[in-house]
Amino acid sequence: MARRSNHKAKQYLTGYLFVSPWLIGFLAFTVWPFFQSIYLSFTRYNIVSPAKWVGTANYRMLLTQDELFWKSAWVTIKFAIISVPLAIVVGIALALLLNINVKGITVFRTIFYLPSIVPTVATSVLFIWILNPNIGLVNRVLEIFGIKGPAWLNTSPWAFYSLVMMSLWGVGGSMIIYLAGLKDIPVHLYEAATIDGANAIRKMRHITLPMMTPVIFFNLVMGIIGSFQYFTQAFVIAPNGGPQDSTYFYSLYLYNRAWKYLDMGYASAMAWMLFLIVIVLTGLVFRTQKKWVHYGG
Amino acid sequence: MSSDPSVKLPKLTKVAIYAALIMLSIPAILPLLWMVSTSLKTNTQIFGSGELNLKALIPSPLETHNYPAALQNMPFLLYLRNTLLLCICSVVGAVVSSAVVAYGFAKIEFPGRNGMFAVMIATMALPGQVTMIPIFSLFRSLGWYGTYLPLIIPAFTSSAYYVFLLTQFFRTLPLEMSEAARVDGAGEWTIFQRLVLPLSKPALATCALFQFIGTWNDFLGPLLYLNDPAKYTLAYGLQQFVSHYGGFFAQLMAAATIFTIPIIILFFFAQKTFIQGISTTGGK
Repeated sequence: MARRSNHKAKQYLTGYLFVSPWLIGFLAFTVWPFFQSIYLSFTRYNIVSPAKWVGTANYRMLLTQDELFWKSAWVTIKFAIISVPLAIVVGIALALLLNINVKGITVFRTIFYLPSIVPTVATSVLFIWILNPNIGLVNRVLEIFGIKGPAWLNTSPWAFYSLVMMSLWGVGGSMIIYLAGLKDIPVHLYEAATIDGANAIRKMRHITLPMMTPVIFFNLVMGIIGSFQYFTQAFVIAPNGGPQDSTYFYSLYLYNRAWKYLDMGYASAMAWMLFLIVIVLTGLVFRTQKKWVHYGG
Repeated sequence: MSSDPSVKLPKLTKVAIYAALIMLSIPAILPLLWMVSTSLKTNTQIFGSGELNLKALIPSPLETHNYPAALQNMPFLLYLRNTLLLCICSVVGAVVSSAVVAYGFAKIEFPGRNGMFAVMIATMALPGQVTMIPIFSLFRSLGWYGTYLPLIIPAFTSSAYYVFLLTQFFRTLPLEMSEAARVDGAGEWTIFQRLVLPLSKPALATCALFQFIGTWNDFLGPLLYLNDPAKYTLAYGLQQFVSHYGGFFAQLMAAATIFTIPIIILFFFAQKTFIQGISTTGGK
């Protein structure tokens, strides 16, 4: 008996040793910073001198006096509302198209996927160039159709929609996930439906879409979280927020507050507001889950 | 036109499908072709706005000077060396640590295991902004600001995503073998190293590939922690290049092309690993 419990204890210890890299990282880079950032959000802190307690001043300032806080939150939420559903619809449409078995389909899959692996900084630089108002590719193509294109990144609200367009260009990443989801739908469901005399539209409505809802749900949640972390593209294209702050994304404003103005206490309060907004939004999405997401057959 | 693979397609439908595929390919691929094309043009070719046609896509004469010019304005080889150094360190760190942790979660029973696993998964949804400032001040107080340590050390504490992926994979491995080894007196570490790792090469390759690309592309990390231009990475260097030489489109596109090409080559070599890895993300 003693030997057995000894053996168990050794097994537990081995288990903890194996997961210890995660445990150490979790404590040092998640738990401690998590609580530390709550504390910092109630202080004035410029990183050079010690943090000074200011109570709820940062939050009061942010909620009642800081127009840019509201502006950047709105830009970000608007981006989530427009670009996330757009990416889902286009991603699924492309996946459906690419799921058809015709010759050469793998070449097309590669073509649609390729933009999503281009490094973010390179994509941003590329879009600065192709959206150039006078000699950029986009406006020159529009010219062929007799359309005079806008000044894109140099003018509001087009700068914002330019970034929406750019995110849509990288839709290939989620398209591949949808494609994998489509491949997982059992063929016998379609065969049974064919025998029952269902046409293509009914199959789509009653088999394909319901079976895809878990993947759609996953992409929806990740898309919302991703919008609030949207930073690199906005920073490379317009580090100060673009025309009339139209591309002043929340994370960009947070970065500027923390690292440009060294207002780290205030930025921590912003980080916590971001966390709360993300929790509320994903919470809302989770609550709708029962109504439309199908798990299992 | 359903996704139902059992249906044979009529000829007219096929034509319509190809038409749709080709039409939609244009916005996907044209910007990339334009990037390469611009990098091979002279300024006169770029600014001379003629009618846009296929000829505009293929530069004639071919101007190759933008590449050496870009390399002169941006110490590409130095940035490449820095980026590769970071990539190698963080790939080794993330893959080794994640494999070890995943083995613990997948194959060893201990109290609190499932709870810890759930907490680990939950941390994936925590926005990085929440922890970014305290971590920065921690690394700064350790004297790591301006070094590569803040970009490398966290990788050695495993990544929740890879741990998840590898745990799933390890669980599918047959148990009989490791049971037999255990009876023979082998310890967990030996089983992990001798039996499990060699069988897990595809899953480990997926993690390594993602970590490599993630580090290659990372912009925020170098932006926060690097202050010496001699230490810049390609992603950071390219952004700096834009802010200084924004109007030199040909050189800019040459730099963007050299930065992108390795990733595309990597994709073509490791296409299968790529797609499998992404598909497993698909929310199950």
